[in-house]
Amino acid sequence: MNASAPIKHTQAESDLLERFDSAKEGLSGSVAVKALREAALGQIRDRGLPHRRVEEYKYSDLRAYMKSAAPLAGAADEAAARSLIETQDGFGDLDRYRIVVANGSYLAALSDVEALASEGVTLTSVAEALAGEMGTKLVAAPKTGPSDGVIALNTAFLQGGVVITVKSGVEVSKPVELVQVATAKGAQSVRNRVELGEGAKLRLLETFVGDTGEGELNTVFDYELADKSALAATRLIVSKTDAAQLFTTIATIGAEAELKSLGFIAGPQFSRNQQFINFTGENSEAKIYGVTMAGGKSLADQTLIVDHAVPHCNSREFFKTVLDGEAKGVYQGRINVAQHAQKTDGEMMTQALLLSEDAEMANKPELEIFADDVLCAHGATSGQIDEDLLFYLRARGIPEDEAKTLLVLAFLSEAIEEYGEDDVTEGLEARVRDWLADH
Amino acid sequence: MPAVQETIDKVKAIDVDQYKYGFVTDIESDRGAKGLSEETVRFLSAKKNEPEWMTEWRLDALRRFRQMEEPTWARVSYPKIDLDDLYYWASPKSVEGPKSLDEVDPELLATYEKLGIPLREQEILAGVEPKNRVAVDAVFDSVSVVTTFKEELKKAGVIFCSISEALREYPDLVKKYLGSVVPVTDNYYATLNSAVFSDGSFVYVPEGVRCPMELSTYFRINEQNTGQFERTLIIAEKGAYVSYLEGCTAPQRDENQLHAAVVELVALDDAEIKYSTVQNWFPGDKNGKGGIYNFVTKRGDCRGKNSKISWTQVETGSAITWKYPSCILRGENSRGEFYSIAVSNGYQQVDSGTKMIHLGKNSSSRIISKGISAGKSQNTYRGLVSAHRKASNARNFTQCDSLLIGQDCGAHTVPYIESKNASAQFEHEATTSKISDDQMFYCLQRGLSEEEAVALIVNGFVKDVIQQLPMEFAVEAQKLISISLEGSVG
Repeated sequence: MNASAPIKHTQAESDLLERFDSAKEGLSGSVAVKALREAALGQIRDRGLPHRRVEEYKYSDLRAYMKSAAPLAGAADEAAARSLIETQDGFGDLDRYRIVVANGSYLAALSDVEALASEGVTLTSVAEALAGEMGTKLVAAPKTGPSDGVIALNTAFLQGGVVITVKSGVEVSKPVELVQVATAKGAQSVRNRVELGEGAKLRLLETFVGDTGEGELNTVFDYELADKSALAATRLIVSKTDAAQLFTTIATIGAEAELKSLGFIAGPQFSRNQQFINFTGENSEAKIYGVTMAGGKSLADQTLIVDHAVPHCNSREFFKTVLDGEAKGVYQGRINVAQHAQKTDGEMMTQALLLSEDAEMANKPELEIFADDVLCAHGATSGQIDEDLLFYLRARGIPEDEAKTLLVLAFLSEAIEEYGEDDVTEGLEARVRDWLADH
Repeated sequence: MPAVQETIDKVKAIDVDQYKYGFVTDIESDRGAKGLSEETVRFLSAKKNEPEWMTEWRLDALRRFRQMEEPTWARVSYPKIDLDDLYYWASPKSVEGPKSLDEVDPELLATYEKLGIPLREQEILAGVEPKNRVAVDAVFDSVSVVTTFKEELKKAGVIFCSISEALREYPDLVKKYLGSVVPVTDNYYATLNSAVFSDGSFVYVPEGVRCPMELSTYFRINEQNTGQFERTLIIAEKGAYVSYLEGCTAPQRDENQLHAAVVELVALDDAEIKYSTVQNWFPGDKNGKGGIYNFVTKRGDCRGKNSKISWTQVETGSAITWKYPSCILRGENSRGEFYSIAVSNGYQQVDSGTKMIHLGKNSSSRIISKGISAGKSQNTYRGLVSAHRKASNARNFTQCDSLLIGQDCGAHTVPYIESKNASAQFEHEATTSKISDDQMFYCLQRGLSEEEAVALIVNGFVKDVIQQLPMEFAVEAQKLISISLEGSVG
């Protein structure tokens, strides 16, 4: 309990300390960045990986889950990366630009650099930026909640990633897929930054292909939305892997801007998608959706903090979870409304469907409100498939399995449809069907 | 609307820092030594002629307490309490076994009068033959002074006495149930209470008995520097029913006073316990100075099939409230209810809620919580609803609404909803809003003043909970809410 007492390191924590010693020479960064890396590692050394006694990780004990930590992945093989991307594409016909981050580093050769440049989108390698003046800005992320352990882990081992900058007034014509690839086993620690200039619009699709083996995948996305810009970001966390899948969003939203995002989880043994949304300008909107499917003994965690620091902003959070086997679903959401953030409108909903006896769901929807002229509400439900609905369908000759599939699909589609990014709707629903076929 | 008019008159008559019950009764009192130690515990236990096992139980709790750290997770802040600067034993001297009401110190009777104890109870205390019976086990500082109707209750087989008396006369019952719902080491304050609890009520309703009257206790903190550590234990045997009322007022103090009570309820098969509280302790003055620290552990155990425990609370007082009346729904078809109104004004801090722990099949629970924050206060609802593996078909409905009045207050909602059983069905909804301009406009247009309008709207907001209170309390509660919100508009 005592914070100052040295902790007994788990195998994974010892592995991480060792990993740092052997990797630190190779990790890029200015002197300031290196100091930040050391500080972040110090946090892991002193407090360990986040565990259930840390309130934010009450239901998702990363410390208990990670039995070991593999070394960082080495440089990627270009041909292998290309073939993985081509064979494992989940959105066949979708016309899009592509940006590739392979084994933790930006891979310009496979990215549509020129086509994007012609639209007004520039790409910068994070690994290179870390050595320069941009470095500390990239690493010292704003407002991420109280020294989050997953972000500290990311900072300590940060390999690279990409900075996507969309010029003011540019509306990118096609969706952009940022695909992360693992051509070899090993942990990946990636940070991507998306900067939208004033009035810019971007549709982003975040995917991952390959296998990191026993190394965790830790990716931080830093979105910065200037005034009047709009970002729609679809994130797929769908690897069937035992490696911990750790995703973080840190979003800063300017005035009259709109952020829309959907976090889609299906497959990993242990996943956490955590989002820190900060409003910095008035009259903006954030619509955050989540679709989670978990089976077997897996754990899927969607965590969210929306910080209304300025008046006249709206936020909608809508999360759907389907659980099978002995899976555990976690939803933690918090709406903060600062004292002067009058006229805030916040609405949060989390719904869970438990398909099996042994599945479990933990919902923690929070409101923290310091302003009086606000409208905030949250709702949470959990239960099993409605027997009446099932009976209705079966009475009409639909077999039980099919009827269940229909009902689950309908349940999850509510969130996908409200998200309303037509480019990806079909691809996401196909993935829901695939998952249901497996469970 | 005479009732509303009365409320408004009260509001007008009382200013925030003119706390209605802020007076000190001058009764000579008998105090133990200051400080928390084994000697204090032994002294306390000896003073109360407790059996040996009880002294040991307390000492064990004290030893465990020494290992514990004060919890910091609640959204409240206060200067550290110096437990060694408190008295753990104080009793009015006149308490040495009054044979009849005449022997009760007249000052004490006057105190109750000032407290506004409902008329009927005043009659009882004044020795008037009652028409409608409400038994009062009045706690004045740490010792039960008068227990009325004990004999009559005894006829029905109901035991209603102070816990000290129960320890002497029904040691087996106390030994069997004490600490069985709230274990000694349950939490920091419960452990402290276990070591030094002063007094409280003991109720035992035997099998099949429907308690013939509402049981009621008035707590009162009087002696300066006296920590109050009430301990209440209520047991409803198979098929029994009891309704228990608890109300609190305290005199004005500059110094903060600690109150760490423990309440344990046990409901066996088909039994029902209804526990209602109106809490109106001194909330501190206009500048947030003084006021009671109310750190309470209340828990009910629905041990039997078809048992039911219902908590209703109206919290308007105390500088700091830290209170989570909970239900362990162990029995099949057992039911837990929690109805709460928490009003905070001035610099009050409230962190309150409930826990509904579903263990038994077909258990159901309902939570209705209404938080109203005004002034510079912080009002937090913190609750847990959980269904364990075997709690098939558990049902919960939770509604927690917050109302904000003014720009400097805060309302927070922290629910934990954990379902480990697929057939458990949980619904939770929460809203936060202010009194809408439309509502205010409507009322003002019809000639109500701003304060009258707020009182009317707030009373409508909390109606669901007020309806759950016994009649005597409902009226008192409405008045309290209006008084508490005085000065929050305009």
